[in-house]
Amino acid sequence: MADDILLDLLHSEIVQYVVGNNDNMKDEDLSTLEYIGFSTGYRIIERLTKEMPRFKDELDTMKFICTDFWSAVYKKQIDNLRTNHQGVYVLQDNVFRFLSRLSNGKQYLEVAPRYVTFTCGVIRGSLANLNIQCLVTAEVQSLPSCKFHIQVQRT
Amino acid sequence: MSRQRFDTKKVNSELVTLTYGTLVAQMVKDFDNPDDVSKQLDRIGYNMGIRLIEDFLSKTGTGRCLDLKDTADKIQSAFRLYLGVQPNVVNWSPAGDEFSFILDSNPLTELVELPEDLKQLKYCNIICGAIRGALEMVQLDVQSWVVQDQLKGDQNTEIRVKFIRRLEDAMPAGEE
Repeated sequence: MADDILLDLLHSEIVQYVVGNNDNMKDEDLSTLEYIGFSTGYRIIERLTKEMPRFKDELDTMKFICTDFWSAVYKKQIDNLRTNHQGVYVLQDNVFRFLSRLSNGKQYLEVAPRYVTFTCGVIRGSLANLNIQCLVTAEVQSLPSCKFHIQVQRT
Repeated sequence: MSRQRFDTKKVNSELVTLTYGTLVAQMVKDFDNPDDVSKQLDRIGYNMGIRLIEDFLSKTGTGRCLDLKDTADKIQSAFRLYLGVQPNVVNWSPAGDEFSFILDSNPLTELVELPEDLKQLKYCNIICGAIRGALEMVQLDVQSWVVQDQLKGDQNTEIRVKFIRRLEDAMPAGEE
């Protein structure tokens, strides 16, 4: 039973830890952050879905991510889910939890990737454990809204 | 959609546990020495503590601590508020400047096992750091460390707090 703020603080400390570790690089290397998210997602989804019936298909899984999963982790549902039915999904969250405490202007747009990378990893990890291999990228055009692009890898 | 919703409190707590776990795992990878990891965890706790105290004061509306007993009570209620556990305050030193929190369950170490080669790792150091950071913001200088750890086979988790001194307001530079 932990309070919500713990996760917020822990998350920003993780970001700080990862960003602080890579110095002298022009492009920030956030892969560690993504990996931390990945392993978190991989584990949490296992616990969340253990009592649940099997998902019908990929879209059903995505819907689960957008509704139940998102509201459990990010306290709200995804505002918009779009797909081309060929393995590309776009999840849009208009007030993303980890960005909602940053200023709404353009001031912090540059550092926004730091605050969404963990979540990209969480999504990828969760889907990976549900047997959907994918690439997840995030796009932030104006804070605090954020779009997550999921590209399912078909082999 | 007739799916049952999750118990969000529980999910959040598991999420914190798992996220913390992956962070520690990453640090163990990054540093060769478990002591360095413990130090980092303490620092992270400290950083969280100095922010957490603000949230705590605004949520509870408590005033200044009268004495160390009062401080211990307040930290106890912070444990309840943030981790959902109720530790006992015990083992007061004769001088009354040291005490321990005994946690019979620790949400941070649920689902966690320490491998043999990491027995020195102080997994719960983040709590010590948080206590230190939070108290520094209310002008109390303390030391905090883990005495017993369930991860190392002890019955309970025991966190010791030692009062060092009261911090004085420093005069801003250039003022008499």
